[in-house]
Amino acid sequence: MGIIIFLILFPLVISLFLLLIKSDKIRGPLVIFSSIVIAASSIAFVVTRFGRPAKQLLWPGGGTDTEMVGYAMMAIEVAIAVLIIVLGIKYKKVLSSVLAFLQCGLLVWFEFTKGHEIEIASNLSVDKLSMIMVLIIGIIGTLICVYALGYMKDFAHHHSEGKDRRPYFFFLMFLFLSAMFGIVLTNNLIWMYFFWEITTLCSFLLIGYTRTPEAIRNSFRAVLFNLIGGLAFVVAIITIGNIFSFIEFDQFLEYGRTVKANGQLDIAVSLAVTLLAFAGITKAAQFPFSSWLLGAMVAPTPTSALLHSSTMVKAGVFMIIKLSPLLGVDNMGFTQSHAIDFGPGFMVVMVGGITFLMASFAAVSQSNAKRVLAYSTIANLGLIVLCAGIGTAAGVWAAIMLLIFHAVTKSLLFLSVGTAEHNIGSRDIEDMDGLFGRMPRLALFMIIGIAAMFLAPFGMLISKWAALQSVIDSGNVWVILMICFGSAITLFYWTKWLGKLSAIVANRDNIQDKVHKEEWASLGTHIVLVVLISLCFPIISDKMLIPYLSNYFQGLEPAVSAALSSDNMLIMVLLVAAILIIPLLFYGRTRKRIAPLYMAGVNKGDNLTFEGSMEQDEPVSLRNWYLADFFREKLMSRIAIIATCVVLTLTLSYHAAVGIRLIEYLLGGGAA
Amino acid sequence: MEIGLTQVLIAVAYLIFGPLLGGLLAGIDRKITAKMQGRFGPPILQPFYDVRKLFEKEPVTINTGQDFYVMCCLIFMIITGVLFFIGENLLLIMFTLTTAGAFLVIAAYCSNSPYSQVGASRELLQMMAYEPMVLLMAVGMYMINHSFYVKDIVTGDKLSFVYLIGMFIGYLFILTIKFRKSPFDLSLSHHAHQELVKGVTTEFSGRTLAALEISHWYENIFLLGFLFLFFANGTWLLALIGVVVCLLAYFLEILIDNGYARMKWQFTLKSSWFVTIIFGGLNLVLLYFFGSFELL
Repeated sequence: MGIIIFLILFPLVISLFLLLIKSDKIRGPLVIFSSIVIAASSIAFVVTRFGRPAKQLLWPGGGTDTEMVGYAMMAIEVAIAVLIIVLGIKYKKVLSSVLAFLQCGLLVWFEFTKGHEIEIASNLSVDKLSMIMVLIIGIIGTLICVYALGYMKDFAHHHSEGKDRRPYFFFLMFLFLSAMFGIVLTNNLIWMYFFWEITTLCSFLLIGYTRTPEAIRNSFRAVLFNLIGGLAFVVAIITIGNIFSFIEFDQFLEYGRTVKANGQLDIAVSLAVTLLAFAGITKAAQFPFSSWLLGAMVAPTPTSALLHSSTMVKAGVFMIIKLSPLLGVDNMGFTQSHAIDFGPGFMVVMVGGITFLMASFAAVSQSNAKRVLAYSTIANLGLIVLCAGIGTAAGVWAAIMLLIFHAVTKSLLFLSVGTAEHNIGSRDIEDMDGLFGRMPRLALFMIIGIAAMFLAPFGMLISKWAALQSVIDSGNVWVILMICFGSAITLFYWTKWLGKLSAIVANRDNIQDKVHKEEWASLGTHIVLVVLISLCFPIISDKMLIPYLSNYFQGLEPAVSAALSSDNMLIMVLLVAAILIIPLLFYGRTRKRIAPLYMAGVNKGDNLTFEGSMEQDEPVSLRNWYLADFFREKLMSRIAIIATCVVLTLTLSYHAAVGIRLIEYLLGGGAA
Repeated sequence: MEIGLTQVLIAVAYLIFGPLLGGLLAGIDRKITAKMQGRFGPPILQPFYDVRKLFEKEPVTINTGQDFYVMCCLIFMIITGVLFFIGENLLLIMFTLTTAGAFLVIAAYCSNSPYSQVGASRELLQMMAYEPMVLLMAVGMYMINHSFYVKDIVTGDKLSFVYLIGMFIGYLFILTIKFRKSPFDLSLSHHAHQELVKGVTTEFSGRTLAALEISHWYENIFLLGFLFLFFANGTWLLALIGVVVCLLAYFLEILIDNGYARMKWQFTLKSSWFVTIIFGGLNLVLLYFFGSFELL
């Protein structure tokens, strides 16, 4: 248990130190040192617990220590709420103030009426899923922090007008890590909610970091959407606590599974699952809430990398994956009838599917690299949400694999774009042509990252494969169509970016040596991780995913091995090895004569100019294709928002009757 | 799946006979096309002569990267075909095919040449147009035969064609794109009357161009193999019918090729997706509908 507390508290302590340190000379070593400590203790945590039972529950309640922790958390929650309320009033964003007040009030009310009576069997829990999450947060999260050291030097330099607020920035980054460890390791829903709210707060403050009007607007949008999710979380806690008189995630899952296995209709469980999944959907930036993640781009790049890869949105999908044993579309969750029914499984699958498809469509018309990455994150999260929503072993397998691969790859891509932006002065893909000449190593890193996102034989594709198979088995025709079309679009927008990067443009100076060494160290480690995971994924599947899934699903082996039999995995691994070795042997070697490009006979010989009609030299400039009339971003997101709103309304109103009964029950003092 | 002697033999046979058959098909194609246009046409073996000649050309390239990408395209194309003919998983095959296609696009992009890039963009658009149908077809095959493995589909006793007529029509439609025939030969054409003739291959020459030509031969044989899959159910009669249908389909593509001028990209994308949704999607819905009554 000690190491769990350490994982949560150590980043917290470091973050407080970082808040106080003004000097670069101390901050650098401290960040690097504590990053190494966090990464090492994450690995140690997983290694030491590896052989123990698949699921462990720790830290029983009832003692004075847990009571104190509980009160401290409540006090902090109230403080957070007050902060958001005050900021909301200051910046005239009253709606978020109202929501903050509402959810904090509800929680405090619950704690004083019912909460303190509930016996807690264990506040913390560890299973293989939380181990995977710990590794992602502990390794990817800290790599981003190390990268930020170099990046923020440049950033502070570019934005030198105000005072240097880097201590505040690093404080938030480490606080975020601490809260994420909390979310994935707690079993007590109230504790989990506490950490959930801290991530909301951190992302709010990080997005608003630059304090420009745009940053403030976007940060309030983020906090508003996440508070809506938080409110759903609180209502779920109240529902579970009042109706079932327990407040632990594992008990809730066990109870739900028994209900589901017996084929009973327990609408209260269904309501609670719906609310928790809803909270997950807001945090995972699914449509209709996805705009907060797009808005988050105003923050410095490390923030985007952190939000997109190892924290925040991953907390959302973590929640939905945890709930997956209670989801499913075969019986849409909790009823046996074949009639159309709007259970939580329906909601999660449809929201995920629509998000995957429409976010992919929207990505086509984007030339801003960070926006492409953001839409791709939203789409991939949609796929994860969709797979988890199917609620079968194979689906959840695919979801977790996607989560792992996406975390590493997306972090790599964001950080690479950040470095490119600081060195070429633009984050536009159009300005990245010939990057191979200017920053060969960075371009190579980006190419590996992009290839890993969608090409065989890398991991994302393997997961998509498993995803497609599990969707087919679940029998949801519309979702199959969404995946088929979504995959085709994904291919389009990634490959055209890849093409821009690999273009070899004449006479470009190498400007790569200006990149900070912290950035190289972090990027290099990412590359190693991408390759390592692509080569080792059969082991990850065997040693971590299968044990986790066997806690919740029966008939596991055939389901997962059908999705990916060992010989397929072997072929994939061989292909990865081949694709890594072939370029080393052959790329860039030629004994052929280098000829000028074909430009209908008017190439001036340098491949950069041609002779125009008035015998004037015209520069060659090539632009990519964005099909903006076809895949209009606004239209795509509008369609997605309407469609997902319909889905959410159907599911929520389906459960509204229960909600009303619940309120009557609560107001009637539990008499009903 | 065990990789036994049979698989090795099949793989070797495909490696050798794939391009031979593919080249022959291309020769026949040119002959028939010539007849349709009232010309005498080149000898049947002309494609082989062309490739031999390409090998004898002076080795010229426009940068140090291009050959590598084209080689990767060829290698992945061969892997795709081998995996298919030894009976591997259809999804795996689709994905390696896509990777081969992506390498071709990158090979064209990397030159940074205007004509190449127009070709590359269009090639990418074409891939986006046909990809959903290809994936849907794999889904359909899986639903009928309860397996993604080509070997199970070939030996399975169900005649996929009967259940997957919609998918079959959809596949015929996108085959026009895959065979690079008019009206969908946007990125690369064999006809001089099109406005962008060499597109993707503008900057390829000599052996590189020959390698690409050979990879097309491999690809065409693989694509016809896929068509054959609709008819394979383990009996000789249907195997024969399958081969005949493949040849007829190829003839149909030649006919369409000579009957149409190139269409705009908007039409390519819209019509492919329309056909995919209407024929592929409807087919899928019906499969689930009948499947839920246990008629499959």
